[in-house]
Formats: sequence, structure tokens, C-alpha cells
Amino acid sequence: MDVGVNLIQLAIYLGGFIGFAALNAAYLVWVERKGAARFQKRVGPKETGPFGLLQPPVDGIKLMTKQINIPEGVDKPLFILAPIISMVPAIMCFVTVPYSNSIVARDINIGLLLIFAFASVNILALMLAGWSSKNKYAVMSSARVVSQNIAYEIPMLVIAITIVMISGSLNLREIVDVQAGAFWNWNWLPFNGNFLGPITFILFYICSLAETNRAPFDLGECESELVAGFHTEYGGMGFGLFFMAEYANIVIGASLVTILFLGGWYSPLPESIPFLGASGIWWFFAKMYFLIWTVVWIRWTFPRMTVWGLLNLSWKILIPFSLFNLLASAGLLKFLG
Amino acid sequence: MSSVPFKDKLETFELNLGPQHPATHGVLRVVLTMDGEYIYDAEPVIGYIHRMHEKMGENRTWAQFLPNLGRLDYLSALSYNLGYVQLVEKMMHIEVPERAEYIRVITTEINRIASHLVWLGAFVMDLGGFTPLLYAFDDREEILDLLEAVTGSRLTYCYFRFGGCYNDVDDDFLQGCLKFCKRFYNRIDMYHKLVTGNIIFRQRMEGIGPIDADMCRRYGATGAQLRGAGVNYDVRKNEPYSVYPEMDFDIPVYTECDSMARYMVRMDEMVQSLRIIEQAVAKIPEGPVKAAKVPKMIKPAPGDYYHAVEAGRGTFAIRAVSDGKNKAYRMKLRSPTYSNISLFREASRGMLLSDALAMMGSLDLVIPDIDR
Amino acid sequence: MAGYFKNIIDGTMSLISGMIITNKVCWQKDITLQYPHQTIKMTPRYRGHIQLVKDPETGTHSCISCGMCQKGCPSGCITVKGEKREGVKGKVLVQYDLDFTTCSLCGQCVENCRPGAIEFSLEYNLASPRKEDYHFDLLKRVEEQK
Repeated sequence: MDVGVNLIQLAIYLGGFIGFAALNAAYLVWVERKGAARFQKRVGPKETGPFGLLQPPVDGIKLMTKQINIPEGVDKPLFILAPIISMVPAIMCFVTVPYSNSIVARDINIGLLLIFAFASVNILALMLAGWSSKNKYAVMSSARVVSQNIAYEIPMLVIAITIVMISGSLNLREIVDVQAGAFWNWNWLPFNGNFLGPITFILFYICSLAETNRAPFDLGECESELVAGFHTEYGGMGFGLFFMAEYANIVIGASLVTILFLGGWYSPLPESIPFLGASGIWWFFAKMYFLIWTVVWIRWTFPRMTVWGLLNLSWKILIPFSLFNLLASAGLLKFLG
Repeated sequence: MSSVPFKDKLETFELNLGPQHPATHGVLRVVLTMDGEYIYDAEPVIGYIHRMHEKMGENRTWAQFLPNLGRLDYLSALSYNLGYVQLVEKMMHIEVPERAEYIRVITTEINRIASHLVWLGAFVMDLGGFTPLLYAFDDREEILDLLEAVTGSRLTYCYFRFGGCYNDVDDDFLQGCLKFCKRFYNRIDMYHKLVTGNIIFRQRMEGIGPIDADMCRRYGATGAQLRGAGVNYDVRKNEPYSVYPEMDFDIPVYTECDSMARYMVRMDEMVQSLRIIEQAVAKIPEGPVKAAKVPKMIKPAPGDYYHAVEAGRGTFAIRAVSDGKNKAYRMKLRSPTYSNISLFREASRGMLLSDALAMMGSLDLVIPDIDR
Repeated sequence: MAGYFKNIIDGTMSLISGMIITNKVCWQKDITLQYPHQTIKMTPRYRGHIQLVKDPETGTHSCISCGMCQKGCPSGCITVKGEKREGVKGKVLVQYDLDFTTCSLCGQCVENCRPGAIEFSLEYNLASPRKEDYHFDLLKRVEEQK
């Protein structure tokens, strides 16, 4: 392919994905607030525009016009860098996510690895933010975030390896392609060779919740203990970037679960059924946004876990289960040839 | 999780929890000496909203001091009102009509439920669950509407008077109470399913924050702390006042001494309050709500007087010394929350920060009540 | 080992039952009142700041300026002044000021008032950034009232 055309294509995709990420981050805040209101029999934002739909841009303008306040005594370069480090990898992850058979910015052979690699950079950002803030609450929060993410990345990767073994590829598009057909071909059921099927699906979902620091695993910013955690000292757009990164990460997490377990853009019904059986990007978004809705649902239902409860869950339940599943699936694949 | 060996105090750091902190529900400051996430020492610093209520009691006439009582523990203001008016009635030997006593019991008990509901919501919010707070406030709103129709205010009530009540209740209120009771039995089941049964919640409650009977005795802690430590003590049963002896209700006692026990005591107390309300509404007689003979000038005979009631958070007692004048010579308000926060230092030693804050939530602190 | 699995299953069930409850609530009607757009009627016993009762027969208040409300007030927020006038029996009220900033709405003044000249108003929209807005001239208020 011509280098120039290639570059233009890349630029369009990049612009599109940054826009997509930003729009998602902004409007997921609205979804979160409206969802919270629904679960609590309230109305939620309603004064700005119809159904409060103008709330995200208004919030954005407010955050952007605020003074950037850098407290005295912080590690200035790191303090400024941290929100950027948290936002950039979140957007980078969007590059390899295939939304349908043809809509993918970069169809990379090691897409899955890339996502995991970039997702873990996010933790570095949170740690730097807490460390550079010169705030005891922030330091405690960053220590928690690191131990939490290490604990949850292991089962997450082990489950991902199982899926990779079944699919025989690290390419996200190919992983989806293996699940073509109706919903019984998807990886969340055991028929594809994923031995513990639904259980690993739930475990992976829990891990992705913990990865993105969402409730009930939001130990990093648990406001009733650590005020606001790692972003205690951030105001204005510094805080805004952390906020956007969190929602972008939720989108990535939900997309990943959709790709690995729910058959990506494939329809849950066999292709022989007209209209509903047709595969396309709408199925991807339907699955992804349903998963995001459950994230919101969970947040507004459960209390927060403690650090030790969280580590117990990871090391005593998630890791043994995922390891057992890995061995069992490997045996099954070997046995079935 | 409760005991960790502490090496050297030099390896600790100090953490100021408050006066503005989401977990302290007011202007309480706790100076924590932390060893990582473990608490080495916790020193509550109180007095940020000290308003000298006791001194005000010595500078105002007996009747003028009445509105102050609603401002101590603003969540269960009616219990405090009740304690004070009964003290003055004791001093002046005022006979209270029976209907007034029943009204007092009904309103105080429904206020106790409202108080516990705020605790429930705030407590679960301390643990990171936001939604139960709104559900609890939904129920509380019903109570506040009922009480507003009778007392005229929604929070800092000043309804009871020496020798009776400010005004009579109507049938709407009594029927409203029964309707609320019916609704609330279902809601309690919902809370048990949503909160009590939740595995995350149980993990954070069971076996965490031990406060035993001995510690309660040493610090004078009462209320759910004491009953959660296996001691069957409730002023309503042990030193009965008003028409409580005529009511059939139980005192919930749990022996686990942990946060869960205190939680369960309060949840069960709400059910018992419902029982009391139902009985009182059934039994309430017709008649006047104010004693016929209440002296215009209240000048108690010189002496030392004491009266205790069971407020939402424990034993609230007033000791008043009269020298025969129209003002008290000395007024001592024994607020339950002051004793309850005192044990925090000893109880929280060696706990993780998140567990300690969960325990603090289970103490049900109301800061104006600590500072008085 | 059996306990281990039982714990996991019980825990998961408890989480699911919690989610069922919130899901049920999600489809219910909201119960909040959108305050500036919607308001409710205050109960007749609501305690707003006090005001002088307008007697429909005489067209004016029935205060006799005895000062019992002022004397009984715990926070001293009432100022009553009356003066003797030729040809009128008793005192005539010339000033009735309420400093609402210190009032605690206890109702002692209403109770102490023998002619029943004062009552609680149903006013609750009283937010203001200025202190002067809470100093009410109740005499003027009752005269302006129609």
C-alpha cells in the first residue's frame, strides 16, 4: 500500500478513535449519573437540555476553564505527566479493537497482548499521581492500586491464555472469527473447549472491573476512607483526564469481554434467520453497552470491598479457578486433538 | 486481622482524619498514627462545634432551655425533649395525662426509627454503598412528613411541654403511623436482602471491630454498643419511664461484640419500635394532652435531680441541680455519643484503616451530640 | 473444601439477590420532588417564622403589647413596644420586630400569648445571602396583609 494513503487512513482512524473515546467517556458519565438516579428513584441531571443531555459538554467546559492548580511541594513533572499517562494508553487500546469485520484501525497480530500491555500502563499513571502528590491519602491509595492490579492481572491473563489456546491466535479479529455462528459457539459456553465456560466469563468480568478500579473494587479512590485517593490533589482538567481515562478503560474492558467471550460483532442467532441473524457493528455495541450498564448497575448496588477482602478474592478464588481452567482446557484440547 | 506487631514508633506517620473528611460525618477530627495501613494510635479531637449547651442551661429559665435539647442529637431530637420534660416533671411533681404519654411514646419511637434509618444509610455509605442511603431516606421522608404534620418541624423538634405536648395529634397521624408500620415491615426485609445478606458487607462486618462488655463498662458506652456486646441493658426496660412498662417489646441482644452485632441490634430495634407504635396506637386513650395544673413559674425545690431516657444512640441522661431559683444551678447533659467515641481509641488500635472506619460507622456518631 | 465452594455459591447468590432488588427499583417511578418546578402544600402546623394574626372582624391584630412573648423567648429575638394613647384602653402596639436569625422555632411565644395574637406562618422560602432579610417588621406585615 502507498505510504501516503496509509498515513491518511491512520490519521482518520486515530481522530475517529480519540473522538469515540472522548464521546464515550463524556456520555458514560451521563449514563452513570442517570443510572444512579434510576437505581435510587431519582431523576438525575435534567436541567441542561432534554434529559440533561447537555450535561457532559457543560461539565467539560467547566473542567477545562478551571485554573490548573499545582499544590506546593509536589513533584511537578510527574504531577503534570500522570493524568496524560493515564489517558494516552486508554486511547491507544482503541486502535486494535475490532468493532466489526472491517472496522479496525490496526489489525495487529498481537492485538490482545497490546491491549494488556497498554492497560497496565494505566496503573503506572495512578501510582505516579499518588506518589507525586505529596499527600498521605494519595500515597496510600497508590499503594493499594498497585497491589490490587498485580493481584488481578494474573487471573485475567491466565483466562486470556485459555481463550488464546482455543482460538489459536492473538489477533482479536481472529478470536472473534472462531466464535462465528450463533451464541452457542461463543467462548462463554464450554462447547468451544473453554472448560469452565460461564465461570471464566464471570471471573474475567470481575477482573476487568478490578482492572478499571470500578466499584466494588474502587479502593484507589474510596472517598469514605481516602478522601479521593490518588486524585485528591488534582483539580480542573487533571482530574478530568483521570475521569475520562476511567471511562475509556471501562469501554476497553467491556469491548475485551465482548471480543473474548461474547462473539464480538456476531449475532447471537444463526445466520440463516433473516435480519436478526445478520452480523455487524450493532451487535458489538449492543453487547458492549449492556456490559457497561451492568458495570453501572453493580456500582450502585454493592458496598466497597476492603484491601484484604480483595486480595483474598483474587488469590484464593480467581487464581485457582483460572489456573484449573487453563489446565483442564489444555488437557481437553490435547485429548480432542 | 486485629493485632499486628508494631516495631518502632519511628516508622509510623501521622494522618489527620478530619475535621473535613467524608467518613467523619461532621467536624470530628481523629489524629491517626499509622503504620502503613494499620492504625497504631487514634486520638479523637473533639470540640469543633462545642456550643456550651450545659452553660446555656444554667443561664436560661427551665422553659427557655427546652429548644436546646433538640439541637444535641438532632436525629433523635424527641428522645432528648422527652428526657428533659420528664426531668422537670419529676422535679415539679407534674402529673401528665395518659394521652400525652402515649403521644410521646409514639412520636419518640417513630423518631427513633428515623434516626436509625439515617444511621443505616450513612453507615452503608461509609462502606461504599450509596444506594441504601437513598432508600433509607425514602422511608425517613415518610416519617418526617408524619412528624411535620404534628410537631411543625422536620428535624429539630420542640414538641413536648412540661405536663404534656404542644398540641394534640389527629386521627390522620395515628392512621399514618399504622400505614408506615405496615410498609416498613416489608422494607426491613428488603434491607436485609440488599445489605445484611450481601457477602461483601458481611466480610467487612463479621468479626471486625471488637467492642466487648468490659470495654463498654470502662468507657460508659451504651446503646447498640452495649447490647451488641451481650449486655441486656435498655433504659426503657431497666429504669422504665412514661408508658413503656405497658408495652410488650423485646430488647435485641447479640453477643458477637463485632460491627455486625451492633448493626443487627439497630435493625432489630427498628422492628421493636414498630411493635411499640402499633400497640400504642391501639391503646391510646381520649383525653387532654396537657396537664391541668402546670405552674407558670418553674422553680423546683433545691436538690439534685437525675433522669435518663433511651435515645437513639444510647442512654441520654440529665443531671440538674436546682437551688430553688428559676434557673438551674448546674446542668449536666450525659450524651451517649461522647462515651461511644471515647472507646474508639482503644478499640481501633491495630486495625486497618478501612476496618476502623467501618467500626466508626457502626458507633453511629452524631458530632453535635459529642461536643454539646 | 465443601465449605469453600459453599461460601462461593452463597456469596454469589447474595450478590445476585442484591442486584435483583436494585433492578426492580430501576423500573419504578421516581419519588423526588423537583423543587423549584414543583412544590407541595405545607401542613397547617408547619412552623415558619411567627406573624401577627389578622383578626377578620377588626381588620387588625389583637396584640395587647404585654411582652410575654418577648419575656419567654429563649433567644431574645422578639422586640415588642407599646405605648399609652389618649382614649384607648390598654397599650397600643407600635413596634413588633422579629430577628429570625436567632429564632429556634420552639413556639414558646405562641404558647405564652394570651390573646392568641401570634401564629406560625407557612413561609419556607426564606433563603437569602443578607442578614437584613431575616429581620421582620411584623406590625407592618400584618397591616399590609389583605
